[in-house]
Amino acid sequence: MRFSVSLGDGGSSFHCGDQQNLLEGMQSFQVGVPLLKLIPVGCRGGGCGVCRIRILSGQFETKKMSRKHVSDQEQAEGVALACRVYPRSDLSIELLSSAENNNNHSERESLS
Amino acid sequence: MRKGVMRPGHVQIRVMDIEEAVIHYRDRLGLIDVGRDAQGRAYLKGWTEVDRFSVVLREADEPGMDFMGFKVVSSEVLEQRKQDLLRYGCQVEVIPAGELDGCGERVRFDSPTGHYFELYAEKDQTGKWGVSESNPEAWPEDLKGMRANRFDHCLLYGDDIDGTAALLQNVLGFQLSEQVLDRDGGDMRVAAFLACSMKAHDVALVRHPEKGKFHHASFYLDTWGDVLRAADLISMHDIALDIGPTRHGLTHGQTIYFFDPSGNRNEVFTGGDYTYPDHPVVTWDAQQLGKAIFYHDRQLNENFLGVVT
Ligand code: FES
Ligand SMILES: [Fe+2]
Repeated sequence: MRFSVSLGDGGSSFHCGDQQNLLEGMQSFQVGVPLLKLIPVGCRGGGCGVCRIRILSGQFETKKMSRKHVSDQEQAEGVALACRVYPRSDLSIELLSSAENNNNHSERESLS
Repeated sequence: MRKGVMRPGHVQIRVMDIEEAVIHYRDRLGLIDVGRDAQGRAYLKGWTEVDRFSVVLREADEPGMDFMGFKVVSSEVLEQRKQDLLRYGCQVEVIPAGELDGCGERVRFDSPTGHYFELYAEKDQTGKWGVSESNPEAWPEDLKGMRANRFDHCLLYGDDIDGTAALLQNVLGFQLSEQVLDRDGGDMRVAAFLACSMKAHDVALVRHPEKGKFHHASFYLDTWGDVLRAADLISMHDIALDIGPTRHGLTHGQTIYFFDPSGNRNEVFTGGDYTYPDHPVVTWDAQQLGKAIFYHDRQLNENFLGVVT
């Protein structure tokens, strides 16, 4: 089964199989064009938090995600790490920036 | 001046699924599985390591590093360093022998970057795996995966790296082998590589706004060919690749980075520089950080800089 995943911004979307997590779906969406980069890609293991999203609508399953990046309550509200989300219907999602992302950003500025 | 701290002896890594993690560290990295303890922690080691274990995996809700341990030469040195750490103002906790299976008493202390380190003098010495102590063959034939030789070092991210480097140097006798300075930022040190041995580094620190972060645990391979073979295995098993195969400017090791199934970064590498006590500190300019980290690409990689557990 393949499902459509659309970003809350209206425009962008990609397809994702039910055996793929959202990052894999995004990266394998179109052959022959540069990999889609709608969602930031990091460790791909639910550990680093850079792929943090909120699922606005649709059915999905998740593998274990670092509690540091998704609390129990956030998980209940649809927050997830895209590398651990497997679609079970079409999904509508939005990007969330992790606190670490913001921190890294300022760190990089201080290095340059 | 060395103070009896010999080598990195162990690292305890948090993983979100212990069975998945054991498959990764045993069958992909090729570490030797030496068993589990009553808490369910998994113990592994590189085949050339003489002590019983060097990697401990603990199942938890968030990945990262619990602590890194260094072996010291004797129980007397352990007691002396404990007193020194207390005098230096560290929070010191003594963990009784046996809390880690086969490990003697451990002296655990905190650091200005928020990482926990440990010292210990005793661990069951079970010998190199698969080869004899007398007339040993070159290597055992039934190794798996990348056939990692040994746990080599960790790279840790945190805020006060000057504080942690000073602690390791002043109290534990580590030597600063390499550093990265921001020449436009008042020579602020953004990375410190420290050795307690003749290696290029036994632990490294990178400046980062958040305390206590884990960048990678690294394992030694024999040859550049083995690094390329590791890259093949990463593709065969669809392991999340970070970067490489390439060479570092810093320490000049030949390397590849990838992630375990919980998002902790691993490195396997070979080669690299060495550190004698009279060696001057090698300094890289932060303005050349791209080349310092990835000697061939000479480009900074956002993921390598920012993705940690
Ligand atoms: S990429 Fe690291 S948590 Fe998803
Ligand atoms: Fe390393």
